[in-house]
Amino acid sequence: MKVTLENVHKSFPKGKSEKLEVLRDIDIQIKEGEFVSLLGPSGCGKSTILNLIAGLDKPNSGSVKINGELVKGPGTDRVVVFQQGGLFPWMNVLDNVTFGLRIKKMTRQEAEEKAMDALRLVHLGNYANNYPHELSGGMKQRVAIARALVMDPDVLLMDEPFAALDEQTRLILHQELQEIWAKTGKTILFITHNIREALTLSGRVLLMSTRPGQVKSSFTVKAARPRDPSDSVIVHLEKKIMGELEEEMEKVLKEEFGDDYRFKTSAIRDRDHSRMGDHI
Amino acid sequence: MIVIIAAWEIISKTDLFPAFMWPPLFIPNVPGGPTVFGTLINGLITGQILNATGVTLGRMLLGFVIAIVLGLTFGYLISRYKWIDDTLGFFVTALQSIPSIVWFPLAIVWFGLGFVSILFIVTIGATWTMTVNSSTGFKNVPSLYINAAKTLGSSGGHLVRNVILPASLPHIISGLRVAWAFAWRAVMAAELLGGSGGLGYLLNVGRSIQSMDLVLAIMIVIGVIGTIMDNQVFLRMERSVARKWGTRT
Repeated sequence: MKVTLENVHKSFPKGKSEKLEVLRDIDIQIKEGEFVSLLGPSGCGKSTILNLIAGLDKPNSGSVKINGELVKGPGTDRVVVFQQGGLFPWMNVLDNVTFGLRIKKMTRQEAEEKAMDALRLVHLGNYANNYPHELSGGMKQRVAIARALVMDPDVLLMDEPFAALDEQTRLILHQELQEIWAKTGKTILFITHNIREALTLSGRVLLMSTRPGQVKSSFTVKAARPRDPSDSVIVHLEKKIMGELEEEMEKVLKEEFGDDYRFKTSAIRDRDHSRMGDHI
Repeated sequence: MIVIIAAWEIISKTDLFPAFMWPPLFIPNVPGGPTVFGTLINGLITGQILNATGVTLGRMLLGFVIAIVLGLTFGYLISRYKWIDDTLGFFVTALQSIPSIVWFPLAIVWFGLGFVSILFIVTIGATWTMTVNSSTGFKNVPSLYINAAKTLGSSGGHLVRNVILPASLPHIISGLRVAWAFAWRAVMAAELLGGSGGLGYLLNVGRSIQSMDLVLAIMIVIGVIGTIMDNQVFLRMERSVARKWGTRT
């Protein structure tokens, strides 16, 4: 097993004495070379799971292991691609990509060669000397992916990397990420709240329930690659997951807007005027 | 600008004020009489003003560098440790509100009248504002950059040098700019009171020999140097960072 999470619990302090339980009893196993998506509504703790694996955060109990070894802190065997990319604005593209390699005491020349290879893989070979602000959102994410790949990590962690992009760019990057995965055979954990995205990219989708976050169900996507969104397998799974997600959505919305909230069924019918404004 | 110069010139030619109080800028009132620019050029040629400028800038630079190092160190500690922020952080805000020349009596008692006292005033004038600016800069480094750097294998000193410092550069530069301005004022005040060479001392000499042409000539030098530092050095630094980051077009 490449990545193993066993009985992981995580809660954050909320106010003075209260605690917010974010993750309860998480068990996840990811095999070498697997592409797994973690799908769930916002606030279900999926990014927390990623942070635990990345070593940026520690679980309250339970264990997180990579290759059977306990995760003690951040390490270059697990590199993260963040939603906002996290490129350093004071460095050009090439320096951003070589950043991690230079820490590994690699010579500048060797690092730059590797970086250029990675940049060509994401079709940005001509932008090595540009600064991040000169790139579009999609290009920034490509650089972030190159910066992660160049480290040759055991596990690539992706935290909603395409969530901030427009639809067309996202579709293109979906294609490219599939190609990169096929080429490099990396183990990838992909976080998203987009069902279509999860089904297009991954071999397995883990659906999370919310507050406290738990893995609710697991779906193996047995569709041919490159994936076609109109593939009957995908359409069927999409419906199934949508159904399960709706329950979760209702739970979240109730928490946010109060008990009167009904997802799908109209709330107008049983509106009680005497209680108006109670939940504001 | 021309109007002001002309007006000054005309007033100096009337008998409104005695010549030593209101010296002419260019055209002497009596043949061979003193003018501000004459004195300025003369002072530059004989080295009187040039030497004084050198002495002042030397002190100033040394104090400034010490202040920057102290400011960055304090700023980092304040941003890093909550308890230091609660104690030193509050103290620094209070200290910042004390004009540095106020320390002068204490400095004279501690270090005697002279170089060290002036250096002390310059340093203390620039340190606190640098501390405040750099700690703001360090505190506002997005955790995204730090997390990204950590997963790429950066930690400790490498993280500070290659991520935290450059990420807070915009704040640090504006800190440098304000610190310079504070130090510049401090060094003048200290030299004016504490003597032993420098432009401030020369100003005091000018006053005691009632030579306002010398005083005005030195004021011009002070103004020119101040403007050059602000426009040519710090503004350029700010612009180049802004261009690189794409925060201004």
